[in-house]
Amino acid sequence: MSKVKIKIQKLYKIFGSKAKEMTQEVKKGVDKDELLAKYNHVLGLDNINLDIEEQTIQVVMGLSGSGKSTLIRHINRLIEPTEGVVLVDNQDVTKLDKNELLDFRRTRTGMVFQRFGLFPHQNIIDNVQLGLSIKGVEKAEANETAMFWIDKVGLNGFEYKFPNQLSGGMQQRVGLARALANDPDILLMDEAFSALDPLIRSDMQDQLLELQKNLKKTIMFITHDLDEALKLGDQIAILNGGKLVQNGKPEEILLNPADDYVTKFVQDVNRAKVLKVKSIMISNGQGTEGPKVNMNDSIESCLPIILDTRSSLSVVDDQNNIVGSISDKEVASILRNN
Amino acid sequence: MIEFFTTFPEMSKAGLRLFKKTVDGAYRNFSREYGDAIESIFDPILYFLVWFEKLLQNSPWPIVILVFLVLIYFGSRSIYLTIGSFVALILIGYFGMWEDTMSTVSIIGVCTFISIGLGIPIGILMSGSDRARSLVSPVLDIMQTMPSFVYLIPVVMLLGIGKIPGLLAVVIYAIPPIIRLTDLGIREVDKEVLEAADAFGANRRQKLFRVQLPLALPTIFAGINQTIMMALAMVVIASMIGVKGLGQPVLKAIANQYFTMGLLNGLAIVALAIIFDRVSQSYGKRLQQHRAGSRE
Repeated sequence: MSKVKIKIQKLYKIFGSKAKEMTQEVKKGVDKDELLAKYNHVLGLDNINLDIEEQTIQVVMGLSGSGKSTLIRHINRLIEPTEGVVLVDNQDVTKLDKNELLDFRRTRTGMVFQRFGLFPHQNIIDNVQLGLSIKGVEKAEANETAMFWIDKVGLNGFEYKFPNQLSGGMQQRVGLARALANDPDILLMDEAFSALDPLIRSDMQDQLLELQKNLKKTIMFITHDLDEALKLGDQIAILNGGKLVQNGKPEEILLNPADDYVTKFVQDVNRAKVLKVKSIMISNGQGTEGPKVNMNDSIESCLPIILDTRSSLSVVDDQNNIVGSISDKEVASILRNN
Repeated sequence: MIEFFTTFPEMSKAGLRLFKKTVDGAYRNFSREYGDAIESIFDPILYFLVWFEKLLQNSPWPIVILVFLVLIYFGSRSIYLTIGSFVALILIGYFGMWEDTMSTVSIIGVCTFISIGLGIPIGILMSGSDRARSLVSPVLDIMQTMPSFVYLIPVVMLLGIGKIPGLLAVVIYAIPPIIRLTDLGIREVDKEVLEAADAFGANRRQKLFRVQLPLALPTIFAGINQTIMMALAMVVIASMIGVKGLGQPVLKAIANQYFTMGLLNGLAIVALAIIFDRVSQSYGKRLQQHRAGSRE
């Protein structure tokens, strides 16, 4: 399939003065709580292995303290790993020297922060061109690029306002524009929408998906909100206590949770809304007598038809070719597990 | 045995005398040897100080007042403060304190510039490393609490009586706040804002000049304000070692019990203090307008 953009291998992060030695303990099986109680060291990441494909949105999910913010900061090395490798396009980020690292951050990655991280003393247009001015791009050109992205995120007319004159949602649009203005191939979003209220958050998610259709960046998106993860993620990785417990497509996470932790995470989700017809249909290429539904529709949207006709439905793809069927039994069994 | 508890086991009288004599002698030799050389280091500052004092004293007084009022207005944007300052300056001149006041203003001005020029870089160094902070902090404590007369002794021994020793004494006393508040201001900068600068590949210099200093500026300004106030407080003590200005008449008044003379000169110092304070404070406040959350 498509190319692996970011490859994380055997990544360990331990906070404390004897981090290196503690890695050995962790490899022997000491867990987060024990490491803290016995050795007074904090386990950040425990043997993370993760491949992120080019041009996809990789969501990393977990509760606070699970290590997700630590993980994202290893991609642009805002946090130094204790052990392990982070490859971006086969280049080991952990081995870059000081200037190479600055250059890597200036050209390859853009980052969006939970509390925005805007410069309060600069107006919006100057904030958006932060990356450009650090790189030394000429002022006129940087202004033009900044204006383009301000327009793109819908903040026209606000370019000479200061961050504190804008609402939270607008501030995060600035944060997004700032990251995109740099034209990085990797976008790191650390709980980018968590500080926003639900309606604005949903808007921003839509906007991100809309932008991504054309931009095709490789995005790592950190969140603790499962609904957000399911909406945005091409892949969802779940962290618990610094360990990666499961990584898979949204429907895999929902239908086959790897352990109790993931099960607990997904049990309150409205599956009918999240799961698509294609993930539970019988894909034998044979339709039925019943009405047709699109394979990319949510199960929720075909519930009324099923209840109405009490029969199996034909599933079609976007070109209206029959690809399989779906019966009330499958739907019922999926929903019963809820 | 009982004696051990009732009298402190002191060093012998002769030993103590020898100790004092040796240290004093060594320092005296040092100052005889290097006093002139060290004094010449300060020549440029002395030259500037004298030039500045003469400029203030020899320029026609209405022009000086006008320049002051313009500076006060643009610093504070307050018409009331400007009018008040005008009245105060006129009264100072009317009661015959104009020349002394100009001397005081010039030495306060020069001391403030020196303090800013030295204090901000030291504060930046301190904010960058906990090691530097743990070294500088106790020195600042000493500078602020050591009675000024005590460190005046070696300064006078080394450089004699005059403007430069006075200037040193004032700077030593007045520089700690600006160092401390520069350090504090930089340390207080929002971690996430700094992390954002890091994430976009800012190097040390870019972080300092684009993020840390601009965001610390209001706090640094509070430090400058404190420094000016403390410099003014030292005026009387500095006059004991030959610094001209409002301090000398105060000193004379204390010695001769001239109550009115002391009061007038004291009030002139107070007037200067209030003007400096209000102007620098409201200027500092304007620097942090972006924090005020003023939605338009």
